[in-house]
Amino acid sequence: MSVLFIAVPVALLLAGSALAAFFWAARGGQLDDLETPPLRMLLDDDAVPRAPAAAPADEPPAP
Amino acid sequence: MLHSDSVPTLAGPVSGLPLPATGELAADAACQHCGLPVPALCFDPSASEQFCCSGCRIVFGMLREHALEGYYTHRTADAGVPPALATGRDYAEFDDPAFVDRYTTLQQGERSAELLLEGVHCAACVWLVEKLPALLPGVTSCRLDYAQRLAYVSWAEGGTAEPLAPSRIAQTLDRLGYPPHPHCDRSRAELERRENRDLLLRLAVAAASAGNSMLFALALYSGAFADMDVRFSGYFRALSVLVALPSVLWSAQIFYRGAFAAVRARSPHMDLPLSLGILLGAVSGTLNVLRGQGEIYFDSLTMLIFALLAARYVQRGQQRRAELGAGRAHAFTPHLARRLDASGSVRVVPAESVTAGARVEVLAGDTFPVDGRIDVGESSVDRSWLTGEAQPDAVGPGSQVLAGTTNLSARVVVVTERGGAETRAARILREVERAASRRAPIARLADRVSGYFLVGVLLLSLLAFLSWLPAGVGTALDTAIALLIATCPCGLALATPLAVSSALGQAARAGLLIKGGDSLEALSQPALIVFDKTGTLTHGQLSLAVWEGDQSLKAHVKSLEECSAHPIAQALAAALAEFPTLPVSEYRQRTGYGVEGTIQGRRVSVGAVHAASGPLPAWADSAVQRLCREAKSPVLVALDGEVRAVLGLEDRVRPEAVATLRRLRQLGHRLALLSGDRHAVVDALVSRLGAAADGSALFEHYQGDLSPEDKLGWVEAEHARGLVFMVGDGVNDAGALAAASVGIAVHGGAEASLQAAHVFVTQPGIAPILELIRGARRSLGVIRGSLAFSLVYNLLAAGLALAGKISPLWAAVIMPLSSLTVVAHSYRRHMFRAPAALAGKAAP
Repeated sequence: MSVLFIAVPVALLLAGSALAAFFWAARGGQLDDLETPPLRMLLDDDAVPRAPAAAPADEPPAP
Repeated sequence: MLHSDSVPTLAGPVSGLPLPATGELAADAACQHCGLPVPALCFDPSASEQFCCSGCRIVFGMLREHALEGYYTHRTADAGVPPALATGRDYAEFDDPAFVDRYTTLQQGERSAELLLEGVHCAACVWLVEKLPALLPGVTSCRLDYAQRLAYVSWAEGGTAEPLAPSRIAQTLDRLGYPPHPHCDRSRAELERRENRDLLLRLAVAAASAGNSMLFALALYSGAFADMDVRFSGYFRALSVLVALPSVLWSAQIFYRGAFAAVRARSPHMDLPLSLGILLGAVSGTLNVLRGQGEIYFDSLTMLIFALLAARYVQRGQQRRAELGAGRAHAFTPHLARRLDASGSVRVVPAESVTAGARVEVLAGDTFPVDGRIDVGESSVDRSWLTGEAQPDAVGPGSQVLAGTTNLSARVVVVTERGGAETRAARILREVERAASRRAPIARLADRVSGYFLVGVLLLSLLAFLSWLPAGVGTALDTAIALLIATCPCGLALATPLAVSSALGQAARAGLLIKGGDSLEALSQPALIVFDKTGTLTHGQLSLAVWEGDQSLKAHVKSLEECSAHPIAQALAAALAEFPTLPVSEYRQRTGYGVEGTIQGRRVSVGAVHAASGPLPAWADSAVQRLCREAKSPVLVALDGEVRAVLGLEDRVRPEAVATLRRLRQLGHRLALLSGDRHAVVDALVSRLGAAADGSALFEHYQGDLSPEDKLGWVEAEHARGLVFMVGDGVNDAGALAAASVGIAVHGGAEASLQAAHVFVTQPGIAPILELIRGARRSLGVIRGSLAFSLVYNLLAAGLALAGKISPLWAAVIMPLSSLTVVAHSYRRHMFRAPAALAGKAAP
């Protein structure tokens, strides 16, 4: 059972990285508006073949 | 519902006529954009598409020009599509350097602005607004926040290309049917966003902590029965501390701050026992881990923190939604004024910049931007918004007009006397803010309960410590701490926010937007309910009540009044809608007097009593006298100069008013009526409403001729004596709404009253107020039930702890069980019911 001394920290590290990803997403504003995205994804974009506008460009790469 | 593929059929009888001279609807023709019936005046037999108004025409043309007809297929069929709001304005003020400076930001060659949009109503609107970059070269991105009706637009600036004028963006959004407004309170929105993110991150950390602590706790509990190796149990206990620390030290800071504030304010608050429990538990748990023996409580603690933060996050979202729903897209006074230069040319300027002496042009249908006197032109003014008086006033040169009132019939030029912050409307708004800031907060039920609870728990802990002292200081301390933690009022703290957020959500679905949970408790108690008259108990619009004399002239009156935009004329035309329209020639409107025209060779005039050329015949004179006594407005109809009929107009009482008021009396409320309208009108209304069910007078107090300041003063005086609810709609009520214990703004109210009020009713009429009060009572019942349950649980736990029988396993089993019960209890109950009768009603 001494594998737990390795496995648990590894699992905690995984949990930590998930948390870090959440921080990154929330700080970037991805969770500010929880109502529009579910509406947006329902609409197909076939009328105008132009590429969608760039996402907010000045996003920090990581927290 | 109309889709792009369903072509409206052109009706036979209409297309067969040479010219649609009638004011009736063109049969079977539906607006290509919104699907509403097309009025004959707008009907164009030569066109393949028909539109109900110019707004819809503009939007349809814009969409087809850019191949965006997909909008019509994306649109959901069940949401009633309102007519497009496109105004066709040029938005020149958006190019003003001061405007650009104030409302836009420049970053890395890209300028961005936040614009509040009117008319956003469904998913297709998101699709359409976000098509802006394709429509307008230069715009780099456009994102719409659907809940807030807020568009984030950015466009390239600098470089080689001609910079895009902000007014072009505003024009394009307007042509799509979403008139934009600059977003004024950006700093507040930014603050709110940051707080929201902060709470979300704390919640995430608490969730991760709680989940992992639970895993370790599971291992430890099962290990306790299976003789776990001390090596592993020590390892897991140490990991528990490690995992729990971020939650205890960072996520739970919110409670420590609240507790600190409560201590400083010397008022018991739920955060105080919570913080005490969390900190004591964490300290003793950490010490026990270091000692290598004794109980640790991290699973319960982290779960507690997570559950409480989650409840707060949910409640916050509900409150924010209610505040947004109350609407802030429309500015209170118009942002813009049409100032006349010395040369007589018009310049559109921000209204705040107009100073005394400046001449301002106000078009028919616009709101006056300043207080002043009319210099040129005659018109009528709707002052109901500011004074509560239903009937429009005729104004001419020399008449005083006030900012915020509406110019109804014709263009006038106004010489400014007071502008900007000096106008009466602005002063009233300041009064509203003052009243709102001075209002004492209602002590919350949960806080009061927890105050007693806290004292009880502390006394019990002391008792436990003393009674276990003979067994040794260590054991005594352990027992006392176990009691503190086991009775940590998790359910108690969860009960109120969860029930409140659930109640607010249900209320919002029923069309009642409640901005704060504390209003709920006040609403559940008997109080003095003060009603406004115009627009609250009555419709706020004039309608035909009496027709005395020649009945054969109804078609004549209808035809004549259809030509005028005056509200009295429109009320008459609407009341007589079933009569045929006759051709009118030599039509003439005399502001303040009435209208006249020739119909079938005879001269017909409809007008006020003072417009009559000679003395009235005896029957007409007595009819006019009687109408005046009943507070109805008399209108004369004359044929070839001879009075043939007397009409009475009144602001009709809402049909449900009497029943609602009687029910409110039965529920134990006292009623009062305050109005800015004349005494005679108020007296007539009160006598028409009759008595309460038990025969006593319906209102214990009623009064007319009140200024907004009078209303505010009266409500403040009553509020000092007890609970006061104020129900109103206009700016004249806003101060009183803010000063009352609970201010309720009814449907169609002015922006200022929506901001001042604590509750905003989105359904028309006053019947929803009954549901509001019943729902508040049911909600309080649910809260009390939850509180009672968690108190029972806590007493049980306290008993076990006192007996020294509590173990972490017990705590871990009972605590989530109690929390789950409270959650289920709060969410399962139906506290507010949506009025079913309104479900099938389409918006006009």
